[in-house]
Amino acid sequence: MIRFLLNRLFLIVPTFIGITILAFAFVRVLPGDPVLLIAGERGVSPERYQMLLEQFGYNRPIWEQYWSYLSGIFQGDFGTSVSTKRPVIRDFLTLFPATLELSFFAISFAILLGIPAGVIAAVKRGSWYDQTLMGTALVGYSMPIFWLGLLLIIFFSGMLGWTPVSGRIDMLYYFPATTGFMTIDALLSGQDGAFVSAMRHLILPTVTLGTIPLAVIARQTRSAMLEVLGDDYVRTARAKGLAPHQVIGVHALRNALIPVVTTIGLQVGVMMAGAILTETIFSWPGIGKWMIDAISRRDYPVVQAGLLLIALIVMAVNLIVDVLYGLINPRIRHT
Amino acid sequence: MSTPVIVADPNAAPKISKLIQLREFWYYFSVNRGAVIGLVVFILLVLTAIFAQWLAPHSPIQQYRDALLSPPSWLPGGRPEFLLGTDAVGRDILSRLIHGSQYSLLIGAVVVTISLTVGIIVGLIAGYAGGWVDTVLMRLMDLILAFPSLLLALVLVAILGPGLLNMMIAISLVLQPHFVRLTRSAVLGEIGKDYVTSARVAGASHLRLMFKTILPNCLAPLIVQATLSFSSAILDAAALGFLGLGAQPPTPEWGTMLAEARQFILRAWWVVTFPGLAILVTVLAINLVGDGLRDALDPKLKRS
Repeated sequence: MIRFLLNRLFLIVPTFIGITILAFAFVRVLPGDPVLLIAGERGVSPERYQMLLEQFGYNRPIWEQYWSYLSGIFQGDFGTSVSTKRPVIRDFLTLFPATLELSFFAISFAILLGIPAGVIAAVKRGSWYDQTLMGTALVGYSMPIFWLGLLLIIFFSGMLGWTPVSGRIDMLYYFPATTGFMTIDALLSGQDGAFVSAMRHLILPTVTLGTIPLAVIARQTRSAMLEVLGDDYVRTARAKGLAPHQVIGVHALRNALIPVVTTIGLQVGVMMAGAILTETIFSWPGIGKWMIDAISRRDYPVVQAGLLLIALIVMAVNLIVDVLYGLINPRIRHT
Repeated sequence: MSTPVIVADPNAAPKISKLIQLREFWYYFSVNRGAVIGLVVFILLVLTAIFAQWLAPHSPIQQYRDALLSPPSWLPGGRPEFLLGTDAVGRDILSRLIHGSQYSLLIGAVVVTISLTVGIIVGLIAGYAGGWVDTVLMRLMDLILAFPSLLLALVLVAILGPGLLNMMIAISLVLQPHFVRLTRSAVLGEIGKDYVTSARVAGASHLRLMFKTILPNCLAPLIVQATLSFSSAILDAAALGFLGLGAQPPTPEWGTMLAEARQFILRAWWVVTFPGLAILVTVLAINLVGDGLRDALDPKLKRS
């Protein structure tokens, strides 16, 4: 097991280096002089230009610059935002819980609905339920989620007035961000109705962000389940006279879930991209909206660090899923 | 798809066998009702795009200043000449949607052509050459795949500058690793087979071996992937357009139309609903075709 773990850790080293090189190269291939970019639009005197050049080390050889960039990353230095003048990592850490909270709800929504839906579709293969569900899943899979979000706002906020249009909580509540997770903070604050308000703000973004993972998980669960249901050990379990729910729930599902775990892990990347769109629609103050704002403000250090950090998160999650996969499926571990 | 016929007699049989193959393919494809519906919708879309100029009742950029945010014609206040209503500056939505189909199909076609061509070439080289060339190329592809595709496309467009062409380049780049991987693994599966060895012994050049001997036998998964990439290209392009980084106004690209309509969602639902519906129907139709193609072309990938 330890060998397996070390092996996986070793495998991500080139990916990690590649990601950092790409993020580093990002600022260097930008059209225009990086110093002028930092200096702003008013321009600089030649002396100040020279000073900035040396301050940021742009006059040093490229590999030396990359090395100092890399060692900066290991010390938690991801650059400074041009617009807020704060270290990028600080802004990131303030905003990330919002994205994490939203993603957590979205993936839970997708798993809790997707796995049962897929299992039932597989068990009742060919029925109208199966056909409707798979049709719906394909629609969900093809969904432009930015449009879905807008439609949800039109219907549930505009016409019915059930849900708020944007933000994480009603303006009338105020409490310190202890954990950064609005639902937990609302509970901790003990204010009446704060938790409900936070939950109500989560509904539409959760559905928007969770739709594509839901469709993918339902499809994957169904096909994994169908594969397993044809296997000998399931037939054996049936022949032993086990109740159908035991055959499906215990014997079949446990094995069918193995590939589904990988699928769920892959959805994290999808969700990070989806978060950009979802957060833009619902004015959700997370890292997706932060990235878009940074792009429109040409705040390149933020874009660079955001790209790097999101890629690192996706990489880390994939590693965790890989290890989990090895834990639940010993066949993988020993190859 | 059975290959033995071609292998057995490369000169005389191809014409007949191709026809048989095509009929066999159509048989399997047409069993899938969804796929046929998807194909019909897709063909209608292509026709719409080709004849957009004559189909559209108005110019897509003509602003009717007396009909701002006019609702669809069947609603109270709607005007008969604007079937799906008008947007905030009085442009006919139906006409914009019809012209928008040109952009979406163009984006899909260009992106798939670029990523398929580059992907096949890189994949063939990686699989055929092997060794360090293979390792370097595949590591590079893994690297691109390590980023969420929309995020990478977004940042690339931010570097290159917003616009239709840059957006297509960016999306092609993030989609192309899938083609590389598919081609490479197909090449690795084929390269050890007897017909390749016999072609090599017969003195075929490297290029001939790569493109004429091996490639035709790797096509099935590539066609399926190309179809699925076509729809994701359209979806990603619309998303970038929605974020203001794709086609720029007043281009009637569907995602860009949604971006312009965002501020009116609570006042005029039609400016938001129809462009998104157009995206959904297009993407869904292509995905249906893709599912059907996968079932018909590649029994190995067939989901039971």
